[in-house]
Amino acid sequence: MIADSTAATEPLLKVRGLEKHFGAVQALYAVDLDLPAGYVTALCGDNGAGKSVLTKCISGVYQPDHGQVFWEGGPVHVRSTRDASRLGIETVYQDLALCDNLDIVQNMFLGRETLRRRLLDEDEMERQAAKTLASLRVTTVRSIRQPVASLSGGQRQSVAVAKAVMWNSKLVIMDEPTAALGVNQTRQVLDLVKRLRDRGLAVMVISHNLNDVFEVADRIAVLHLGRMAVQDKASAFDRQSLVEYMTTGSLSRTSRQSAPAETS
Amino acid sequence: MARTETPDLQHDPTAAVEGAAAEIPPELVAQTFGQYARAYAARIRNGESGVLPVVVGLVAIMVVFEVISPNHVFLSAGNLVNLFQQSAVFMVLAMAETFALLLGEIDLSVGFVGACGAVIAVQLVQPATTKWPWWAAIAAGLAFCAAVGAVQGTIIARLGIPSFIVTLAGFLIFNGVMLILLLLGPFSGYPNLNIQDPNVQVLFNLMAGTIDPTVSWIAMAVIVLGLGAFLWFGDQRRRKSGLVAPPVGLTVLKIALIAAAGIVVVAISDINRANFGTLAGVPWVVPIVLGVLGAWTILLERTQYGRYVYAIGGNAEAARRAGINVALIRTVAFMLCSMTAGVGLILYASYIGGMSNNVQGGQYVLFAVAAAVIGGTSLFGGRGKAIHGVLGGLVIGGIYNGMYLQGLDVQRIFIVTGLVLLAAVSIDALSRRAASSGSAGRV
Repeated sequence: MIADSTAATEPLLKVRGLEKHFGAVQALYAVDLDLPAGYVTALCGDNGAGKSVLTKCISGVYQPDHGQVFWEGGPVHVRSTRDASRLGIETVYQDLALCDNLDIVQNMFLGRETLRRRLLDEDEMERQAAKTLASLRVTTVRSIRQPVASLSGGQRQSVAVAKAVMWNSKLVIMDEPTAALGVNQTRQVLDLVKRLRDRGLAVMVISHNLNDVFEVADRIAVLHLGRMAVQDKASAFDRQSLVEYMTTGSLSRTSRQSAPAETS
Repeated sequence: MARTETPDLQHDPTAAVEGAAAEIPPELVAQTFGQYARAYAARIRNGESGVLPVVVGLVAIMVVFEVISPNHVFLSAGNLVNLFQQSAVFMVLAMAETFALLLGEIDLSVGFVGACGAVIAVQLVQPATTKWPWWAAIAAGLAFCAAVGAVQGTIIARLGIPSFIVTLAGFLIFNGVMLILLLLGPFSGYPNLNIQDPNVQVLFNLMAGTIDPTVSWIAMAVIVLGLGAFLWFGDQRRRKSGLVAPPVGLTVLKIALIAAAGIVVVAISDINRANFGTLAGVPWVVPIVLGVLGAWTILLERTQYGRYVYAIGGNAEAARRAGINVALIRTVAFMLCSMTAGVGLILYASYIGGMSNNVQGGQYVLFAVAAAVIGGTSLFGGRGKAIHGVLGGLVIGGIYNGMYLQGLDVQRIFIVTGLVLLAAVSIDALSRRAASSGSAGRV
């Protein structure tokens, strides 16, 4: 069982006993993870802990070797990113996957363009994109018809997030959303993450940055060498214990009294 | 990037013009024509010049050659029509090459693949042998080109072999195939189109055959009115519903330019350009080139397919993650490239009056790439339009024609064309670098 008081109801996405290996290398060992709606879950771990592999198993890029993924309580097989999108799982990759030469509207609708008489319906797409950006209060762009190449890092991240949430998604996975961003830009993005949560979405943020983790996360899950070391509400951690979990996978005896119970 | 950021989506016009960012097309931020003009000027100073250099280049070519050409014949009606006909092959081949360039690829085989298609068309209409109707012969030639393009595209997209290598092989292979096709039938390698046979004459007249002046004026008026109405009502609708739209003045200016171009082309073509007797009217090659331009502009800018071509050229990985069938889009692009090349070389056959082993297939490839790049298409993918090929083709055709009038020999024409290409690309690259120093580097 998972010691977690925040996930009172059935979590939106539940991972049980997930295993993945690449040839002789075992990347994930029996990983359990809960992602409840309306909460920001931070996935932490050192390099090589398996954060990316776990993310890709959820978003349909990889197929797990063992284990089960439950979506809204029922077992699902996510065989492709298309499957994931159909369920409502959208991933914002670290490289954002935006086309610099296309404008904001074109990027947001890439692969899912609205057509009218078999031609692109630019007017309708522009209206929808503007609506989504306004609802996320992404308001610093000069024109939604400007090419993405002309945007700042934070604006690009915002566009990538808006692209992800436009399709009635229920779970948004963000890979290192604030890496390579300045102070102001980071603030914009973290505020955006909070707005997604307030809309009732489940958000999973993969991050190395402890400031960001403690700023936005309601729940924290720590991977260590392919195993889920701990997952609990964020208030159960402090910086020291989180770092210790990330680097060693457990807490030393001295700090154990105040630490939360480990997952099985 | 420390840009002034306006506090809401409905952009504040004054801030928009003051902060006129180089990277943002001015029609997106300007509310009035005056603001547009200022934003455009700021953009040019910042190195984002669009089609301006090639238009300036065209004007320069016209002025210089008009001044130095013997008896100032460069801008005479006869020479201008001739110039367009000479440029037509460059223009169509450049539009073909645009499909490959937009993907960040190159197609070196367009010259000889297109030539094979042209030889097939010319051979099939011959009354002495197969006697195919002209339209079926053209269709067969284009179908051959499309099939070749599909095979090359499949090898490039599915096997991941660089397009440079695949199409270099295609260049050699189809040079040989063309020579074999030429030798078929009793024509000693010179199948001819200049035959008194109405079916063959259709092909012969694609380039030089003229349209009745009355019909040309009516057709021109219909096209200008149609395009004008499309632009006017489209922009008007967007302005009314609060979408990003250019200022009214810009829409009017665009329509006026289209109308002016139409009137000038038809008026010049209707001047008698024969030394003896009469030769007047718009040559058929004009609507053919415009047809290719219109079709490929709509395909690239108004359809999902075109959007995906740009997306793959900009970021193939992002396109793949968006669920786009990247291999299919690339294969079709090479198919369209080869097919368009077939159109170009059929026009060449019409101009020459037949086909022979004199086709400079290698040279045509290089001129096609040069024309597209001079027109403003990027060699690195993701940026470019069909119209760039037409403008660049006119530049190369203009240089060719002007130097020919000077009586200069072919070696000097090559050197000058090469220098113009180098200058065009360098100006573009340098101004871009000046603009983007400090901001993220872009190609």
